[in-house]
Amino acid sequence: MQFFFEVLIGGLLSGVMYSLVALGFVLIYKASGVFNFAQGSLVFFAALTFVGLMEHGLTFGAALAVTLLVMILLGLLIEKFVLRPLVNQPQISLFMATIGLSFLIEGLAQLLWGANVRGLDIGIQDEPIGWIADATGVNVSKFDLSAAGIAAVLVTLLALLFSRTRIGRALRAVADDHQAALAVGIPLQQIWGIVWAVAGFVALVAGLLWGARNGVQFALTFVALKALPVLILGGFDSVPGAIVGGLIIGATEKLAEVYFGPYVGGGIEGWFPYVLALAFLLVRPEGLFGEKIIRRI
Amino acid sequence: MVQVASMAAQAEPAAQIALSVNNIEVIYDHVILVLRGVSLQVPKGRIVALLGANGAGKTTTLKAISNLLSAERGDVTKGTIEFEGKRVDKLTPNELVRRGVCQVMEGRHCFAHLTVEENLLTGAFTRKASRAEIRAALEKVYHYFPRLRQRRGSLAGYTSGGEQQMTAVGRALMARPSMILLDEPSMGLAPQIVEEIFEIVGNLNKQESVSFLLAEQNTNVALRFADYGYILENGRVVMDGAAGQLAQNEDVKEFYLGLSTAGRKSFREVKHYRRRKRWLA
Repeated sequence: MQFFFEVLIGGLLSGVMYSLVALGFVLIYKASGVFNFAQGSLVFFAALTFVGLMEHGLTFGAALAVTLLVMILLGLLIEKFVLRPLVNQPQISLFMATIGLSFLIEGLAQLLWGANVRGLDIGIQDEPIGWIADATGVNVSKFDLSAAGIAAVLVTLLALLFSRTRIGRALRAVADDHQAALAVGIPLQQIWGIVWAVAGFVALVAGLLWGARNGVQFALTFVALKALPVLILGGFDSVPGAIVGGLIIGATEKLAEVYFGPYVGGGIEGWFPYVLALAFLLVRPEGLFGEKIIRRI
Repeated sequence: MVQVASMAAQAEPAAQIALSVNNIEVIYDHVILVLRGVSLQVPKGRIVALLGANGAGKTTTLKAISNLLSAERGDVTKGTIEFEGKRVDKLTPNELVRRGVCQVMEGRHCFAHLTVEENLLTGAFTRKASRAEIRAALEKVYHYFPRLRQRRGSLAGYTSGGEQQMTAVGRALMARPSMILLDEPSMGLAPQIVEEIFEIVGNLNKQESVSFLLAEQNTNVALRFADYGYILENGRVVMDGAAGQLAQNEDVKEFYLGLSTAGRKSFREVKHYRRRKRWLA
């Protein structure tokens, strides 16, 4: 039983890491209906920039601040030069544009900072927390728990932004109906700019945590693929959905690996989430928390 | 131009022109000519109806004024639009709303996943108002549309067509406009609800002195509530006049009100409406 909990908690905490990446997707999708394939590249870019700046002798705080600025700027530039000219084009064109963008950003990141794998130390060790292990016998990673805490704060902030503020209301209005939003005087470009800047910020947080855990390397971009089942499960347009989806995916993939893996020779962690997502897609296409498709009969 | 101005002046000599559209031409996708020189004027504090059949260019005219055309690859290629004496044809919709012109789009376009009250609040986006002022604006909307107060917490997507139309008009009101461009408010609504909405439009016009430019296919209702009317056909104004006069005009009766003195005719006998030629500068 103790082992079960250890696996479960480990899974839930790693799920939070997926949620962090999924969150970036949700933001953009919610406000502009674009599935931003480049989110993974943004995560990679953020982590690489941060590490690169640290190597150039900047302090942790300074590197963080500069990277944040760079990410916000990058978000604004993407909105202005890629998405704005494509307004009112079919969804698939926008999607293709973000695919192109993702390769561009990856290339740019490696051009600027080089392609070698780097370590990233953000000062939190990946070790069991002593007092929890003593009290219950369950090992909980300090790093994972901190990452979960950071994610929780981020999600709370975003949820408040969306539901309580004037800008948040405008964001949701834009997500619902571009034309009507324009008609009531909401400046779409300003709203999209804000969303991309926030997505850049989320990518930075995800990039730091993932980079610290797996090392800053090209494989970081594949983290985005892990976010896909999370999105399908939680709903593409729901911030809480990204979190719950991440938790479910994280927990089930670890449990499946440990308990079913041995029967089929292991290695199911890699694809089990996709099976889960596929099954979910058949039953509930809008995801757990996705906005219900409103149909009046 | 001259003619229109003189006729408007006849109707009400003291009326000040709030909105003036001068001979605009609109082209979609660089090739499709939709408006071929439309001119019209809305005096301050009046309701002006823009009438015509499907595809005549009513919606395009309104969108040209509110600058929503560019989002549909449309472009005003000729002519000018002035609001309160200043050119507004190059403004963004956001700036236009700030100046007091707000459009209520055809088919309501409520934000389906926002509650009715949230919908209304988005209307105040352009205003730099305090919480209390916003509260007061909301109360005003609820005063005119008591039904919305009851539905304030429901998702707009689940409210009835009439309630959505009220939400859309209420949302525009939140921006405290001096002119509302109202596109086809009767669309898909029961006659009783249409009547109710037009009553409220009339009240808003009188009590809040909001001017309305109103595109409508329901000529009958529109002419009853409007002060003045323009009739569009194939992207041109073919007739205009005080609402009372238009309602009495034989051609209007026959073509737009479905009334005729000679009883029901077969379609073959219908004479082609001879357009009054307008040679505009």
